[in-house]
Amino acid sequence: MDDLAPGYPSNILDEDRQGVLGRPLDRVDGPLKVAGKAIYAYEYAGQGKAAYGFIVGAAVATGRILAIDTAETSRLPGVVLIMTHPNVPTHRAYVTSGELPSGQPPYGVGRPFLADGRVRYHGEPVALVVAESFEQARDAAARVKVSYEAGPKPATRVKHEAAHAYAPKDVRGFLETDSSKGDFAGAFAGAPVQIDATYDTPFQNHHALEPHASMAVWQDGAVTLYVAAQLPIDCRDVIADTLQLPPEKVRIICKFVGGGFGSKLRTEADAVLSALAARQLGRPVKIAFTRQQVVVNAAHRTESIQRVRLGAERGGRLIALAHEALEHTSTFDEFAEQTVDATRHLYAAPNRLTTHRLVRLDLPMPGDMRAPGEAIGMLATEQAMDELACAIGLDPIELRIRNEPKVHPETGKPFSTRHLVECYREGAQRFGWDRRPAQPATLRDGRWLVGYGMAASIRSNFMATSQARARLAPDGRLTVQTAMTDIGTGTYTILTQIAAECLGLPVGQVTAEIGDSDLPRSPGSGGSFGAGSSGSAVYYACMTLLDRMARAAGLNDPSLLAIKHGQVSVGGQTMPIDAFMAQYAPQGIEADGEIKPGQEMRDYSQNAYGACFAEVGVDIDSGEPRLRRMLGVFTAGRILNAKTARSQATGGLIWGLSSALHEEGLIDERYGKFMNNDLAGYHVPAHADVVDVDAVFLPEVDDKSNPLKSKGLGELGICGSGAAVANAIYNACGVRVRSYPITLDKLIFDPAFPTPD
Amino acid sequence: MNIFDYLRPATVSEAVAAASEPGSAYLAAGTNLLDLMKGGITRPRRLIDINHLPGLDRIEHLPGGGVRIGALVRNSDLAHDSDLTRRFPAVAEAILSGASAQLRNAATVGGNLLQRTRCSYFYDVASACNKREAGAGCEARGGDTRLHAVLGWSESCIATHPSDFCVPLVAFDAVVEIEGATGRREVPLESFHRLPGDAPERESVLEPGELIVSVRLPAEAAAFSAHARYLKVRERTSYAFAVVSAAAALRIEEATILEARIALGGVALKPWRTRTAEEMLAGARPDLAAFRRAAEAALADAKPSGDNAFKIELARRIVTRALVLAAAGTPERVPALPASPFAPVPGVLLHA
Ligand SMILES: Cc1cc2nc3c(=O)[nH]c(=O)nc-3n(C[C@H](O)[C@H](O)[C@H](O)COP(=O)(O)OP(=O)(O)OC[C@H]3O[C@@H](n4cnc5c(N)ncnc54)[C@H](O)[C@@H]3O)c2cc1C
Ligand code: SF4
Repeated sequence: MDDLAPGYPSNILDEDRQGVLGRPLDRVDGPLKVAGKAIYAYEYAGQGKAAYGFIVGAAVATGRILAIDTAETSRLPGVVLIMTHPNVPTHRAYVTSGELPSGQPPYGVGRPFLADGRVRYHGEPVALVVAESFEQARDAAARVKVSYEAGPKPATRVKHEAAHAYAPKDVRGFLETDSSKGDFAGAFAGAPVQIDATYDTPFQNHHALEPHASMAVWQDGAVTLYVAAQLPIDCRDVIADTLQLPPEKVRIICKFVGGGFGSKLRTEADAVLSALAARQLGRPVKIAFTRQQVVVNAAHRTESIQRVRLGAERGGRLIALAHEALEHTSTFDEFAEQTVDATRHLYAAPNRLTTHRLVRLDLPMPGDMRAPGEAIGMLATEQAMDELACAIGLDPIELRIRNEPKVHPETGKPFSTRHLVECYREGAQRFGWDRRPAQPATLRDGRWLVGYGMAASIRSNFMATSQARARLAPDGRLTVQTAMTDIGTGTYTILTQIAAECLGLPVGQVTAEIGDSDLPRSPGSGGSFGAGSSGSAVYYACMTLLDRMARAAGLNDPSLLAIKHGQVSVGGQTMPIDAFMAQYAPQGIEADGEIKPGQEMRDYSQNAYGACFAEVGVDIDSGEPRLRRMLGVFTAGRILNAKTARSQATGGLIWGLSSALHEEGLIDERYGKFMNNDLAGYHVPAHADVVDVDAVFLPEVDDKSNPLKSKGLGELGICGSGAAVANAIYNACGVRVRSYPITLDKLIFDPAFPTPD
Repeated sequence: MNIFDYLRPATVSEAVAAASEPGSAYLAAGTNLLDLMKGGITRPRRLIDINHLPGLDRIEHLPGGGVRIGALVRNSDLAHDSDLTRRFPAVAEAILSGASAQLRNAATVGGNLLQRTRCSYFYDVASACNKREAGAGCEARGGDTRLHAVLGWSESCIATHPSDFCVPLVAFDAVVEIEGATGRREVPLESFHRLPGDAPERESVLEPGELIVSVRLPAEAAAFSAHARYLKVRERTSYAFAVVSAAAALRIEEATILEARIALGGVALKPWRTRTAEEMLAGARPDLAAFRRAAEAALADAKPSGDNAFKIELARRIVTRALVLAAAGTPERVPALPASPFAPVPGVLLHA
């Protein structure tokens, strides 16, 4: 195996000289946020005078627009523009993901809106009204009269369309649609213990705190778009491609983004329409989605029906493993969530089968939501593993340990690192797993039925090409720049820490500049690749900068220059960095850095891991299921900031809880529209639901991942955690609910539910 | 645009006079009304801001033992009034189980009584809704009806009234004090809200321009203070409307129930008093069997209006549980998780 990529050598970060990397540093942008001084897209003052746009959504799910009557609207005071498909300036035609060159993600290509008279889903933009004030625009939008020739009754549920399922060419991330190894059917049929269970997960809607919002400002044929975007460069390319402009005529500013979670990967109607309207009007135009509009104008998570079959020996060793997902895409494009992907990496079993099938629904495009794939796939598989453990009377942790693979179970590749068993053991010990009742519905605490559950976590580690610049000013202040975003994750802080650690500077002397497409190219935030990719680019830029400093001081060997706490030691002399700069580089020094996915990404299976534990209570009368405690123990390579990492992990655990108990986008099947599209109707856990949630990272460095030796962890916490809650509910009350979310009615009417005494 | 007049009358009579114009609406804290206006669900032509009316923000403990609560008393102020909490603990518990702390700090007593339903078709102006527009039809029928009414509904509307506060109030014979153009009148809360029948657009007995000035709890209600609870089933621990809820109060002497009060929330377009069930308990021993019989009776007329049969059994269970808890005695302090059937997890701080 000596032809495997060697990994990243030991480097300055391993030395921990400055002692800032990994520490639980408070967010450097925290004070701005709590003081209300962090400016979000919609809050930028409109240079000149901004006009406000409001989107009119289609009132039918299928069909065609017959006429749009804007007579009344156009006479209303303040209305300056009504854009509809007959009068929208020509822009690029829609490109489906299937038309893209293979391997090109869909985030950076043109996205036309209002392009034709066809209606593809309820709420699809059919008009944009722009007025002097938001209130005028909203009111005028409500008075646009659109008549439709209604099409056929919309297809709205995966379960009703199963007969029309098809196999996509590939699934999200260009992964294989199906995979198989050995003889699943034969092995399953012969297995002494069999689990064959079907799970379903509901539509989920995005509700980031900040709804999508944009303001476009044109000057001299170029547009600056202030926008809530996760991917500044892709967003730039979308606007350029849609409006048929050279990319250098588009600048994206997204200094602060109030949550993304995948909903701001795609550039949406707010951005495209504000750019079009602002150009036409010659003044800035702002558009924000209302909370209700986010539900249809941003991606939602696919509904899924997942069949899991596990064939095992009586001792628990898996002989056969199958995971088959049925999910949906829209009628006009394809998005295939890689729901079964985690199953391909997680457990050993000689005979395996995984498949994805899609149906087409008359709904908006489903898309990315935190941990696409794992988040819902593991709700199924990790409950199935619990079912297997219960069926053979084995502790669920022991079952998992018995099926722990030594190499990747499908490809045979080595793992870069894999400390999953350590996570199980550490978690079990910290959580008090030995107190878990072996028999369900046997532990009581007053009127609570109490139960424990656990599940594994796994999330693939990615890397994307990324560039950065580091500039050391004559006064010794360091600025690092990259077109990355901070969507609430802590990017500003960790980039500051990485740069400070490399250059030996106090963090107060370092500034990270991000959120601007004119900065060095970055993949942005998504798929948990942000920190590793942009952080590595910053690392390389800083290392080159150190090199240049040494050369400026006349040293050929950069290791002869060392900086700590801003004091530069060079040639036996120590001086403050500003004195160094005055002496050797009075103009300042600049350096660029770049990281590209290397051979390591191909040679090794790279994943972050964890074990989630939940204790729940189920009320014996009302059936209300509630969390009592939750713990996640994770490994994700080097932790860049203990505090922001923990926040990501606990946030993920809470979302897992939310998937298990609360979230469900309700569709009115008659009309194909989401009905619970505000936060009073679409439940996520309230503070009182999140009682005692903790996350711990075990020490690890992964030298195959990147020079930081970190792995993506932003999505890890949600993977598996919902299943831990579901398993705890089973342990509490003996009811196996295979349909998420687990609401009280699914519990109390189950014959297995204990009768109130 | 929805251009409306905004008036800030100085006295109750000015307010009533101003509101007699068609198209007027009183503005209290606006936590419900302003949302509805933003969504285009209601489009009043005139807002009469009553927040500055004198004298409506008082909690008066009346000589005979009753209490008069001004229409502008904020929900939080009421729930934290120590006399009220002591004498009418279920009322305080109900208020504290509603909405969030921020909303309760703003929301008023009058507004709580008159808050509109949470039926999602009512909120969606593209849907037909008899309540929004008389005679338009009811899109909820045959749609998403999981949380709709199981009692007192009609073919024209199956919505519920979402208030928690009203549930113990109706159990305790609260009286609504109303000021109108022709003077003052009183209406028992039990007959204040109207069931939908064939006119769901008319939600209460208020005549145009009439103003709620206060709500009165009679002295007799305090006799239940030792055994009074409010219990609310919700789909998350806090900040959710009731799936179903129940207020239960007992007067117990020598292990015998002298009098019982039971009302349900989240099941009908009004807070639902269940007198038959109450009567069954008078003279009974406070035991589980009796409570179960009462709960059975309370829901005897219930029928699903859609996909919500589960609410009937759930309501039975919650009435039973509320009675059990009431019989066990009102807790010394309002529980950390008000109105929750849960005992809080030991050692865990809860903030509802
Ligand atoms: C997110 C959310 C969650 C909530 N959760 C709950 C809950 O769990 N339980 C619960 O009970 N409530 C809940 N509420 C509702 C809340 O209690 C009401 O919004 C509030 O009580 C209304 O009071 P207000 O003073 O803001 O009324 P407003 O919004 O000002 O008025 C409401 C209506 O009452 C009329 N009105 C107000 N005062 C008078 C008066 N004196 N005389 C005549 N008419 C009057 C107004 O014209 C209007 O029609 C929730 C609200 C929100 C927004
Ligand atoms: S149930 Fe009532 S409120 Fe809901 S849509 Fe029907 S009429 Fe309107």
